Amino acid sequence: MNLSESLHSAILSISGNKLRSFLTMLGIIIGVAAVVAMVSLGEGVTEEIVGQIGSLGSNQITILPGRSRGVPGAPVARRGGGDILEWDHYLDLEQVSFPAIKNVIAENTVSAVATYGRESVITRVVGTTPAYPEVRNFQVEVGHFFTQRDLEQAERVAVLGKTIAQDLFLSPQAALGKKIRIGGITATVVGVMEEKSTGFQDLGEQILIPITTMQKRLTGSEYLQTITVQTQKEEELDLVAKFLEVFFTNRLGDPDKFSIFNQQDVLDTINQVTGTMTLFLAAITGISLLVGGIGIMNIMLVSVTERTREIGLRKAIGARPFDILLQFVIESSLLSALGGLIGIVLGIIGSQLVARLSPYQTIISPEAAIIAFSISVGVGLFFGIYPARRASQLDPITALRYE
Amino acid sequence: MGQHPVIKVENLWKIYNLGEVKVEALRGISFEVTAGEFIAVMGPSGSGKTTLMNILGCLDRPTQGHYFLDGQEVSKLSQNELAHVRNKKIGFVFQNFNLLPRLTALQNVELPLIYADLPPQKRKERAEEVLRSVNLAERAHHYPNQLSGGQQQRVAIARALVNDPPLILADEPTGNLDTHSSEEIMQILQKLNQQGKTIILITHERDIAEHCRRVLHFRDGQIVDNETVEQPIKAEIILSELLQEEEAVEPV
Repeated sequence: MNLSESLHSAILSISGNKLRSFLTMLGIIIGVAAVVAMVSLGEGVTEEIVGQIGSLGSNQITILPGRSRGVPGAPVARRGGGDILEWDHYLDLEQVSFPAIKNVIAENTVSAVATYGRESVITRVVGTTPAYPEVRNFQVEVGHFFTQRDLEQAERVAVLGKTIAQDLFLSPQAALGKKIRIGGITATVVGVMEEKSTGFQDLGEQILIPITTMQKRLTGSEYLQTITVQTQKEEELDLVAKFLEVFFTNRLGDPDKFSIFNQQDVLDTINQVTGTMTLFLAAITGISLLVGGIGIMNIMLVSVTERTREIGLRKAIGARPFDILLQFVIESSLLSALGGLIGIVLGIIGSQLVARLSPYQTIISPEAAIIAFSISVGVGLFFGIYPARRASQLDPITALRYE
Repeated sequence: MGQHPVIKVENLWKIYNLGEVKVEALRGISFEVTAGEFIAVMGPSGSGKTTLMNILGCLDRPTQGHYFLDGQEVSKLSQNELAHVRNKKIGFVFQNFNLLPRLTALQNVELPLIYADLPPQKRKERAEEVLRSVNLAERAHHYPNQLSGGQQQRVAIARALVNDPPLILADEPTGNLDTHSSEEIMQILQKLNQQGKTIILITHERDIAEHCRRVLHFRDGQIVDNETVEQPIKAEIILSELLQEEEAVEPV
């Protein structure tokens, strides 16, 4: 008896008992569907977070005043902080001849009211340095960014976020050259940034001005909130982080007075978390597929008992024990393979539903589907062998007499 | 016909070991069946006729002795070899038909050919041909539960014939059938015998046994009588008598 005959006979037997076959497959169906849907959700969320972090610019290390505890990137209480990082630190870092360092920017953010004519908005004002567009991967759409000269002269110039430009001037082009009031100063609009969101906040709702202008004319404080260093290559992140650790420990006299956030650490942490999640999913899948497999074995044992006479007859007319074994193993594998396929389809539908009904995107992972499918077939094969062996070992005489 | 006997049994013993008790189901049986014979095996239950049938059908192996089927010693063969012998050399007909309910008549007849690894097209042709020979060509695509008992048994006979085996083993083939259907089955078996098939039939009905040309009587695991039937009953004649009776009854 060849494979296609066994397959044919398995299909007959499965389709002859549709409800039971379906119930038998249910464990596998649910297991596989759960894996496909969960992994797609997990990958979607990971992709989104990684994408957002990437969109903030690559190869960055951020120095903050005060010591943070816990996972980098997570909002945590900081000890110390405040007036630690100085303008001189930025200037010195700019001068350092360390080839791995590509750019250095300083940033201070305050809240202020921006007014043009009768329109006014409360907004974030970010004082920064000219390398900001390159480091943040955030470009000017119309006009230009402020220059090194603007920085040195503490010029009253501003670059608007697109949302603000539209709120105050209706269009970015209309904003160019206009004078607006920001807090206590009047500044000329020299550029409007492109549209961009980090996923957490709309970067179009901020106004960028030279940090020197902010220090001298708006806040009067020389201290910095953050310094961000961009490296030439990703591999140099760790090296530069070590260098910064030494640099600021020297300058501040105490490694507990500042924190260094390596972007790579954040990505590593995210990958670690998603890796753990995947492992967790795999464990759940394993258990559900195991339960499904036991269900299949159970039904196959019932089926062998029910079909004892058939087995006896087949043996009497020339089936070898191996033929019988093959017939039942193929039947259980087919059941689980079918369950796996239905599970994949349901999983895909489920993940589309999640994508539509929740704020999360989902990414169908072909690997997850293939692995879940293979495992389900393997489970059917494995749990089919015992009942099939029992069938193949049946004594034809007793089997033919079985009532 | 062949030079050697289809069946040659020498000093056959079958002893069942049931713990403390040993049951001697067959006690040193010897006989021969030449090609073209039609033999009935009779005996009360427990006489060993079923045990003999199982051994002749290669479903069981003797404890002692030799069994030559179609010239081949089969008492020492492995499971797989026995399966092959059953497939090629023996056609089984059972009391309860043993048709697979989910297969059509044609597919049931094809079954032994599947285990003989015949290609599908040849299988179908051969099965159709055999179904025709038992006058069931028009029922080929019916399922067993759509057929009468007699028709089901005819399908089973077709299945037994499909591999053209040298030996047909029929175990109480008429046990579940009414007189009319029984005679139909016996008519087919007699026809097959006339065409040269060797048939061994187990029965406990004297009327049925007398359709055969030789009757082996069993008692306590031994052959107690080897009777030649001088005038075997012709199923054809009985059938026409039955038909007349039915017609005679009908006008009332």
